[in-house]
Amino acid sequence: MTVIAVDRDSAALSLTIVSVFDAPAERVWQVWADPRQLERWWGPPNYPATVVDHDLTNGGRVTYYMTGSDGEKLHGWWRIISVDPPRSLEFEEGCGPPNEDLPATMAEVRLVETPEKTTMTIITRFATIADMERLLGMGKGEGTRLAVGQIDAIIAITTAS
Amino acid sequence: MVVGRTGLLEGHANRVFRALADPTRRDVLRRAMQGTLSVSGLARLYPMSTTAVQKHVAILEDAGLVHLTRHGREQLVKTDIDTIAKAQSLLAGFELLWRGRLDLIGDVLASPSGGDRS
Repeated sequence: MTVIAVDRDSAALSLTIVSVFDAPAERVWQVWADPRQLERWWGPPNYPATVVDHDLTNGGRVTYYMTGSDGEKLHGWWRIISVDPPRSLEFEEGCGPPNEDLPATMAEVRLVETPEKTTMTIITRFATIADMERLLGMGKGEGTRLAVGQIDAIIAITTAS
Repeated sequence: MVVGRTGLLEGHANRVFRALADPTRRDVLRRAMQGTLSVSGLARLYPMSTTAVQKHVAILEDAGLVHLTRHGREQLVKTDIDTIAKAQSLLAGFELLWRGRLDLIGDVLASPSGGDRS
């Protein structure tokens, strides 16, 4: 896996990451479409994810929880806006039970296959700076502890490799 | 009461979101980084009336994304770098999160038992 481009658009509050995998698009799609594979990468190592519902159809829902080392469960959900296997997936993403008071973000995934490789573009759009702060653990609430755990784990991974 | 405080915060957040939802306003933010352009100077850059540009600037000012300062007869528009910098550092945090996930996807794709839990 190689990250080939990152765009942090602070005016539009969006993050775009383009990465390339040495696998056909059908194979890369499976990491999203197969709940058992999704569980292996969605949560950070110290918060492994367990997918409960996984309905990757237009209007469908994915629900999951992540379990911390102390047994604490953090719930999250996706609401599928559009899906076109193995090319694109768009969903709204939130933490806790679906709730208008908690921040939700928009995620868009696009896969493009070139010979023996697949380029995956992920665009995440945030509604507000306040939402981003809450999701990254600078506010209060369930998502907070989750995000702090994720960031800690990723810093550990990045510095270890 | 927590709800009241959150309500205030969300009110401001909604103004920021509304301000950023328009491509012209996002372009104004990029152009006004130096703070050397006036409202009328900005208006010359867009195929719209000065009044229309004034309205866009007023929405950005209301959201705290730009500040207006009087300079002689002109109003200079300056992007609030602190707000933008804050957004940048938050986006960097999410970039880190996604880089970690992408590394793990690479591991899943590389493992022979792709469909099994490790």
